[in-house]
Formats: sequence, structure tokens, C-alpha cells
Amino acid sequence: MTIIATTAIFDSTRQRLEPQWIVIGVCIALVVWLALVPLAFLLWQSFLTPQTAAEPARFTLENYAAAYASGETARLLGNSLTFAVGAAALSFVLGTAFAWINERTNTAFKSLFLALALVPLVIPSVLFTVAWIFLASPKIGIVNLVLQSWTGSDAAFVDIYSLGGMIWVDGLHYSPMAFLLMTAAFRSMDPALEEAALMSGAGLLQVARRITFRLAWPAAVAALLILFVRAIESFEVPALLGLPAGIEVYTSAIYQAVNKYPSEVGLASAYAVVLLLITALCVYTQSRLSRHDTRFATVTGKGFRSRRVDIGRWRYLTAALFVLYFAVLVLLPFLVLLWSSLQKFYSVPSRAALATVGLDAYRNLLDHPGFAASVLNSALLSLGSATFVMLVTSVICWIVVRTRMPGRLLLDSLTSLPLAIPGLVLGLAVMVCYLKLDVGVYDTLWIMFIAYVTRFMPYGLRPTTTSMLQIHKELEESAAMSGASWATTFRRIVLPLIKPGLIAGWIYVVIVAVRELSSSILLYSPGTEVISITIWELWQNGQYVELSAAGVMLMSVLFCLVMLAQVAGRKFAIIEP
Amino acid sequence: MLSVRSLHVDYPAEGGAVNAVRDVSFDVARGTFFTLLGPSGCGKTTTLRAIAGLERPRRGEIEADGRIVYSAGKDIFLAPNRRNFGMVFQSYAIWPHMNVFKNAAFPLEVGRRRLGRKEVEAKTMRVLAAVGLDDLADRAATKLSGGQQQRLALARALAMEPTLLLLDEPLSNLDAKLRERMRFELTRLQRELGVTTVYVTHDQSEALALSHAIAVMNEGRIVQIGSPADIYQRPRDRFVADFIGSTNLLDATVIAADAQTGRCRIATALGELHARGNGLSRDEAVVLSIRPEDVELFDEPPACADGDNLCCGTVDAKVFLGDYLDFQVKVGERLLLARAHPSLRAAPGAPVHVRIKADKCIAISDRRAGSPE
Ligand SMILES: Nc1ncnc2c1ncn2[C@@H]1O[C@H](COP(=O)(O)OP(=O)(O)OP(=O)(O)O)[C@@H](O)[C@H]1O
Ligand SMILES: [Mg+2]
Repeated sequence: MTIIATTAIFDSTRQRLEPQWIVIGVCIALVVWLALVPLAFLLWQSFLTPQTAAEPARFTLENYAAAYASGETARLLGNSLTFAVGAAALSFVLGTAFAWINERTNTAFKSLFLALALVPLVIPSVLFTVAWIFLASPKIGIVNLVLQSWTGSDAAFVDIYSLGGMIWVDGLHYSPMAFLLMTAAFRSMDPALEEAALMSGAGLLQVARRITFRLAWPAAVAALLILFVRAIESFEVPALLGLPAGIEVYTSAIYQAVNKYPSEVGLASAYAVVLLLITALCVYTQSRLSRHDTRFATVTGKGFRSRRVDIGRWRYLTAALFVLYFAVLVLLPFLVLLWSSLQKFYSVPSRAALATVGLDAYRNLLDHPGFAASVLNSALLSLGSATFVMLVTSVICWIVVRTRMPGRLLLDSLTSLPLAIPGLVLGLAVMVCYLKLDVGVYDTLWIMFIAYVTRFMPYGLRPTTTSMLQIHKELEESAAMSGASWATTFRRIVLPLIKPGLIAGWIYVVIVAVRELSSSILLYSPGTEVISITIWELWQNGQYVELSAAGVMLMSVLFCLVMLAQVAGRKFAIIEP
Repeated sequence: MLSVRSLHVDYPAEGGAVNAVRDVSFDVARGTFFTLLGPSGCGKTTTLRAIAGLERPRRGEIEADGRIVYSAGKDIFLAPNRRNFGMVFQSYAIWPHMNVFKNAAFPLEVGRRRLGRKEVEAKTMRVLAAVGLDDLADRAATKLSGGQQQRLALARALAMEPTLLLLDEPLSNLDAKLRERMRFELTRLQRELGVTTVYVTHDQSEALALSHAIAVMNEGRIVQIGSPADIYQRPRDRFVADFIGSTNLLDATVIAADAQTGRCRIATALGELHARGNGLSRDEAVVLSIRPEDVELFDEPPACADGDNLCCGTVDAKVFLGDYLDFQVKVGERLLLARAHPSLRAAPGAPVHVRIKADKCIAISDRRAGSPE
């Protein structure tokens, strides 16, 4: 009797375990494959000569010699570092200053600013860069024209096609990222530390200099590293602004090497490997730093206390600064695109041009068959990859948070690894990988889907983990005790409970997938263009007004999406305000 | 020295404001130790922060050392860094990026007064010596124990030679042993330096041990101000009696009251008792408060002076608490808490004689006995 009962239980547990292990196994295999295999191919490719009809590929170190032993090396490295450091520093200074004003003073209308901070981040870089070309190119830049008409001289006052111009556009565009990072840092500080300084007689600026910024130091270093990595992997700005002026950085050099005829994938891979080393080192340092900044953690004060200093009438000045910042960051680029989208041919604002305002550009664009196709492709790819990413990462996250499986921390790191892979490098790696492995995905939407899923896995993992950590294990255990199988428990208990994290991650992935360009640029083929690629092509073809029309529509849609996400976020309390 | 007049502090909250402090007024004499005492959430911290200038009140006036630092009527609000008040935060707020010396020297380096380096050093070392941290001056602030952090926070607040010292539950993060010792040191320092101090705590024994005067707060209001002895022996209402140490509270009715002597006779569940109470009238419902240590227990019938209350009961339970014994004595249907010397032998079930001096029976009029307003 007992024996029979035991066997029955044994059998039933075995049956219950099976689907669990299949799902878990498939997810792990997928992550390992996505994160590692393309990189292996990339590394391998970097040691091969170009394969031609006459000659098969063979092992060589020439790629590295060409990439790193020539006179170009120093220039490329110098340009890349100058650009990335400059842009990161600009973002950091702007973002930190505004974060401090927003968090520590009673600036007027501040709740509005925080809500607006996400908006610039969803504007595709290619659009932002083009808008700034319209604004500040030496020939047609509106800023130059305005300054010229004021001063009467015909000199070019600002030249966007320069290292300075690149730093300005990229640094400005990503300053809201610094704003969000530093806002979080300032918020996590025990307010009593600053109040104690205030009580000691220190003034507002003394407190900021001697206490706030000192304490935010580890967070600031981490933020700088993130911004640096982001800038050095930036592709659109260097390609659109740097290449015309002959300023090459790693990403644009990779692009040039691939698009050369004959294409030099080996050389591109050699560049990519070193770029990857730089970003990986930074991301690793940053994650170490974030783990160790508990050194500065102190006993936090009891309960929430507002820690905003009344700055009197200055609060309107700071509010004005914010308005100016958003004007330069969002309004000006949007308005210049709007203006040019209403023209037949690109022309600078003037009374004569005002007479020719019309909707031709929009009509042309919508008639263009490729445009509708690219919208569909973008929708398919962003929704599809977001859903897939969230499904996979929810399982991965469950394994990491809930099980004692050996190697689960490695799994966590592997899933986060794509954070350290520049988009262009990932595109290259995926391209090389599926050129060699002929499984029929090359030249289809699937190869872009693979790249997107790989690239955005980390973005899915983080909010899910946060949600999962807040759920007590006993909730699952009680479901199991009620007789639910693992799959049922996962579907009925785990997924609904981590829904806030899943929604947050999903929305985020959709948004970043729509604005993705740097991976797609190496993977698309005629028929698989996405919106950002269409914009890129319109630029290359000189169809500026159609480009502007596409930009205006895209920005409007993304703006609505962000606002929707924030409303949803407040409702489900998923995005911290 | 410090005078707070009809202070009101609100916090904005969803669906209206939280009235954290309502109509609080008190005066603190120069050089004295004044305590705000009350249960969690009653608005002590808020009051203290309003005095510090970290919170902006809605109404009222605060004057310190002859200077009005806040006045709603005259539209005066002095920024906290101009008030020259020292403050010790509950979390200590020791700056982790500075060492012990730098932490304590900070108030001397910032602000308007400019002191020479020598002078800063001398003053800092003096104040560190006063709290016994002078030999740890170069230690990283994060490498201090809880008690040392607490002393450093105190040193930092004292370094600026403040006109007023504000302390927010400075002992609550320490373990029991250390708390006892720091309590002692805090009293010594305060008495030595003669600095006027406002202290916030929810621990009544701490308040009774440290203070010259105590204000008991409840739900944003002050319910009683007085010396520790006053508060303990003559609680003004049921809330104070209950909050300040454990007490026996009995419902009773006045039989006769003598306004001259403050003596009265009341009917309780224990029988008729002599008690003390002011402004009572015949047939009035009152609450009788008797401290456990005032309930004297005897094996034999004790000597009984005029006005002593005597009754008989049985021991219900007894707990040994080291320095004393806690008894529960059943008198009639009532359980009385009594605190007696460990030498008392009575075992549970044994009869005992209970004596309560009339002076220790405090009759509190029920009209203001903890009735929520
Ligand atoms: N920033 C705030 N916003 C809204 N309400 C607050 C805020 N700070 C405190 N309160 C509320 O004000 C009331 C008084 O709070 P306060 O911190 O002064 O209490 P306390 O007496 O110091 O309590 P404790 O002993 O727990 O520290 C409480 O009801 C609290 O919830
Ligand atoms: Mg408090």
C-alpha cells in the first residue's frame, strides 16, 4: 500500500517536472546562443581574410595590423575617445545640474519636467541629428542664417560638421539619461545628511558642493561610464555629422569597412572586437561600482521627508532654464522638422517660403510604397521582439531569483551581456554569424528579430527582476501545495504578479525597438526596411521634406506612447516618478 | 530663551493636508533640558524640525534668544543655516565621505564666521575631547560603532556653540546597555555646558531621567507640560497617566471633595478610597491612577496612618524582574499591578494586605480624561 502510494507520488512529480525542464532548458539555451555565438563568429571572422571566388578565407593577423598598427589607429582611437568623453561629459553636466535643481529646490512646475524627461530619449537619433543639421549646418542652418542677418557678416558661426558639433548633438540628446540617473542617485540619499550640513550653517551651494555631490560620487562615476559607453557606441551622429567632415570613429569606421566594395568584414570585425573590449570593460566596472557603493550607504532617515530648499524668486529663473533646455532639446528640432515637412523642397523659413506651405511631403511619403511596408516591419519587429523578450526574460528571471540552480548568476550576467555590445557590433556579429550558418534567416525580417531580441534582453530582465524580488516565495509555494503544476503556477501566479514589471519592460522595449538603427543598418535588405532605416535612406537620397514628414509623424506617435506609458506607469506604479 | 507660540504645521497629502502639529506653545528656560514626549506619529519630530527651520509652519511664532526666527504674522522665516541651532538627527547623519575630525569641524568651516585653521582645530579637538572621541579624530566616519557615531553627531552639533541644541531620538538606535550609558553622558554634557536643549523621545523613562521639563504630546497637541515629578505623580489626564509608565487606572465616582486640601473620597471597584484631586465635585465620574510602586504589599496587616487606604487581596501572579518583583494582586474583582521588593515572600494564591497612601491616588476628572478632541 505504502509502496504503491510512494510510486504514484514519484511518478506524478516526474511528470510535473518535465515541461518545467523543457521550458527552462530552452530558455537557457536560447540566451546562451543569442549572447555568445554571434560574438564567437565575430572574433573568428576578425582573424580571416576576405573570402573571394578565387581564394578561400584563411587565417591572418592582417586585419588587426590594418586596424591597429597603421597611422589611422591613433587618429581613430583619439577621435572616438574625444567624441565619447566629450558627449558623456556634456550629458553629465547638463543632466546633473538639472537633476539637482529639480530634486533639491522648489523650482516652479517641476512635476512637469520629470514627465517630459523621457521624451527626448524616444526620439530616434537619426531624426535628432538631421534636425540639428537643419538648425546648424554652415550652409542651410537656421541658426547661422539668423546670426548672419543680425550681424550682417556671412561667416558660418556654427558648424555642426565638426567634432564639437558631434559632441553637442550627441551630448545634448542623451542628457536626459544623465538627468534620470542622477535624479535616482539624489533620491536615494538620506536627506538628514544634507539637513545636518544646513543646520551646521552651510548655505545651499555649500551643501551641494561639500555634501550632495560628494555623496553622489559613486553614482556619478557609474553614470559617466554608462554615458561614455552609450556615446562610444553611438552610430548616427558620427555617420551623419562626422563622415562628411572626414572625422571617423570606431562605429563609423566599421560601417565604412562593411559598405566598402569589396566589403572588408574582417577589418570591420577587428575594429569591432576592440570597441567591444572598451565597452565591456566600462560596463563591467560600472556594475562592480554599483555593487560596491553600499560603502557609502548609511542608515536612512525615518520616513519620507521633503528636502527641497525654498530658493525664493530664483525658482522662476530655474524654471526658465528648464524651459530653455527643453526648447533646445525637443521643441526646436521638432519645429524645424515640422517646417520643412510643410515645404515642397527644403528651404529655410522666409516669407516667400511661407506662401508655399502645403502637405505635399506627407502625400508623397504616404504614396511611397516602401514607407507603409517599413511601418509594418517596425510594428511587427517591435511588438514581436518586446513580447518574446518579456516571455524569455520572465523565465530567466524566475530561475535567477527563485531557484538554487548552479550557474544562475552566470545566466543573469549572460542575459545582461548585450548591454556591453554596441548596436553596430551586434549587427555585425549577427550578420557574420548567419552568413556562415546558412539557416535561411539572412535577408529576412528574422535576422533583425534575432538581433533585436539579443539587444533588448537586458532591458526586459531588469524590471522583471525588480518585480519578482518583491513577491514572496510562499505565494508560489501555496499554489504548488494546492496541486498546481509548475506551468500552471507560472502562468496563473508568477506572471500576473510580475505584471507591472512585464508591462514596464514591454513598453520600454517597444520604444527602443522603434528607434533602433545601428543594428538594423547592417542587417536590412530591400523589403525589410524599418522606419528608422527608411528615414536614413531618405536622407541619403536627399528627400529632406519627406524625411521631415516621416519624422514629424514618428515623433508625434512616440510622444503619445510615452505619455500613455507614464499614465499606465502611474496607474500600475511601475515607473517610478 | 526659546518660546514657541501657537505653532501649526501641515504636510500636504492626498485628499487634504495632514495637521501634524496643532496649536503647540511652550517656553524653554535658558540652560534647561526640555523634552517633547509622546507616542509614535504624534508630531514631535515635526515640532523639532519646525524649530530647526527644516519645516515651514503654517501659523505661529518661534523666538529664540531674543530673536524671532519664524513668525507667520510678521512674515519672518530665517533659513536653518542662519539660526545657529545644533541638531542631532535620529540617523545621526554622519557624513560617510569625511573622517571624524572633518565631520566635527564642518560647522566651523562653513557659514558666515570665518575662523583660522588653528582655531578650527583647537575648537574641534576640544569638542571631540568633550565626547571622548579625541583619539579617534583620524578614523573614517564609517568605521565608528553606533555609540561613537552618536557621540560624533553630538560633537558636531556642539562644535558650532549653538544657541539651542535639538536632539531627535538620539538614543533610539542604540542597544539597551549603551543607551543607559549615553543617557548619563548626555545629562552630564548638557549640565556642564549649560546649553539649552530640546529633546525628542517616545521613551518615557528617558524623558523622566533627563529632563528639567517635559511636554507630553498626543495627536499633534501638547497635553501636559511640567517637571518630570509633576508629570509622573500628577498626570493631568488618562492619556498622560497611561503613557508615562505603567499605571493602574480605575473608574470611580467622587463621594466627597474638599477644594481646600485637594483631598477627596471616591467610590471604586476596590471600595471607598481617599485620594487627591483638584477641582472635583460630588458625584463626578473620575479616573483613578495608581502607580504600581505605590501599591505597597504586606504579609501582615501594616501600620496605618490617617488617610492611608487599606484593603486585602490575593496574589494572582508574580514576575521576578531583577531589581524588583512585579505582582498582580486580585482585590475584589480587580487586578492591581504592584511593584515590590524581592524580599516579599507571598506566593501566588496567598492573601496579602495592600496599602496605598492617599497622596498616591490621583483622581483625574473624566471630562478631560483622554477624551479625544
Ligand atoms: N513628509 C510628510 N508628509 C506627510 N505627512 C507626514 C510627513 N512627515 C510626517 N508626517 C505625518 O505627520 C505626523 C507627525 O509625524 P512626526 O514625524 O512628527 O511624528 P513623531 O512624533 O516624530 O513620530 P516618531 O516617534 O515615529 O518619530 C504623522 O502622522 C506623520 O505621518
Ligand atoms: Mg520622529
